[in-house]
Amino acid sequence: MDTAYAYSVSMSIRHGLLALLERGPRHGYQLRAEFDAATGETWPLNVGQVYSTLDRLERDGLVLQDGDPDADGRIAYRITDVGQAELRGWFGTPVSAKAAPRDELAIKLALAVTTPGVDVLRVVQLQRTATMSGLQELTRLKSRATDAEADLAWSLVLDSLLFRAEAEIRWLDHCEARVARAAARRPQNSVAAPATDQASRR
Amino acid sequence: MSAPVLLLSDVTREHRQGDTVVHALRGIDLAVHAGELVAVMGPSGSGKSTLLHIAGGLDTPTSGRVLVEDRDLATLSATQVAAVRRRSVGYVFQDLNLLPSLSAVENVALPLELDGVRGGMARRAARAALDEVGVGALAGRFPDDMSGGQQQRVAIARALVGPRRLLLADEPTGALDSQTGEEVLRVLRARCEAGAAGVLVTHEARHAAWADRVVFLRDGVVVDQSGPALAAESLLPAGGAG
Repeated sequence: MDTAYAYSVSMSIRHGLLALLERGPRHGYQLRAEFDAATGETWPLNVGQVYSTLDRLERDGLVLQDGDPDADGRIAYRITDVGQAELRGWFGTPVSAKAAPRDELAIKLALAVTTPGVDVLRVVQLQRTATMSGLQELTRLKSRATDAEADLAWSLVLDSLLFRAEAEIRWLDHCEARVARAAARRPQNSVAAPATDQASRR
Repeated sequence: MSAPVLLLSDVTREHRQGDTVVHALRGIDLAVHAGELVAVMGPSGSGKSTLLHIAGGLDTPTSGRVLVEDRDLATLSATQVAAVRRRSVGYVFQDLNLLPSLSAVENVALPLELDGVRGGMARRAARAALDEVGVGALAGRFPDDMSGGQQQRVAIARALVGPRRLLLADEPTGALDSQTGEEVLRVLRARCEAGAAGVLVTHEARHAAWADRVVFLRDGVVVDQSGPALAAESLLPAGGAG
């Protein structure tokens, strides 16, 4: 596993745990179960990963131990103000196509839809704009390639990157449509979108 | 920077259906300069076709201003708007672009002749326009004897023949296979680099990526734009010492 990938996965776990703690204090076993539930058990965690991540989060001042251990000796953690700022920053920043595996985006969206107060459509749009910029850059590179034999291989490599970016944009479109549909079905008394936003949906 | 070829300023378009008002466009600002290709992306119903129709004077906004080469369309008579459409604006649609009974060169010369340009001059301009999009050799062919990609090239030549500088394209690659579609976009891009201002409406990210700028439309509102990567210098604070 290359180090950039490993780093990116561990960053996703950090931010994933912060997103879960945003809902309220939890201990490690709860966090593991909820992380797996939120991401459809696509990237199952072991409890050791959870606790080592919690230790680092505590060291960095992003979480605090919440009271004494319970009867079974389990320690609950809660998110700090610094942790909340870090979480907002993560949701507000597009995943870099260069360093990160694409999984981080799926993890981010899975948690964005289940974390209160996150503007999911904004997260989707931010990512789509960033991915589109990448697609434009690839297209510029491709437009410089001529039809000459020597350029074919390079051109096909570019195509592979182009199609991947295009697929990501399609998937984001799909996420957006589903989130909008779910919001439209949600009962009026929920804390969903403000009134102006509801009026804007068609 | 010189004045934009197309300027939409706070453009709103409402359609009334009985008691309800449908907001097709709400407060759209868009400037397209010579040499620039701008893509407008959005799902169906987002207002992108309405935007294109308003930009070309085929529809009028409920409020806001539309300037084509510095002329405010709202201040012009219907005849004058028609003249702007003929002289300044060219369209490329998904299909039904060319008249089947006219050859390629006759199709391209037609808008000039309708505008009173003499036959010989119109044909010379049409041949030059066909050369520019790489189908000069097909001047005498009829649309039915051309491939889809060749027909779209002829349509682009017709859209930009003579003095016209604003090219409005609505899903111009819709009926073409991906390789041919890409060639058409290459031509579109080249014509914009040669000085035209282009607006390309599409729902395909791969096609929009040929543009200098991509505008995302949702429910009649521009929600975001993606441009080329910023040059390193522009990331530094203005007037900074560093």
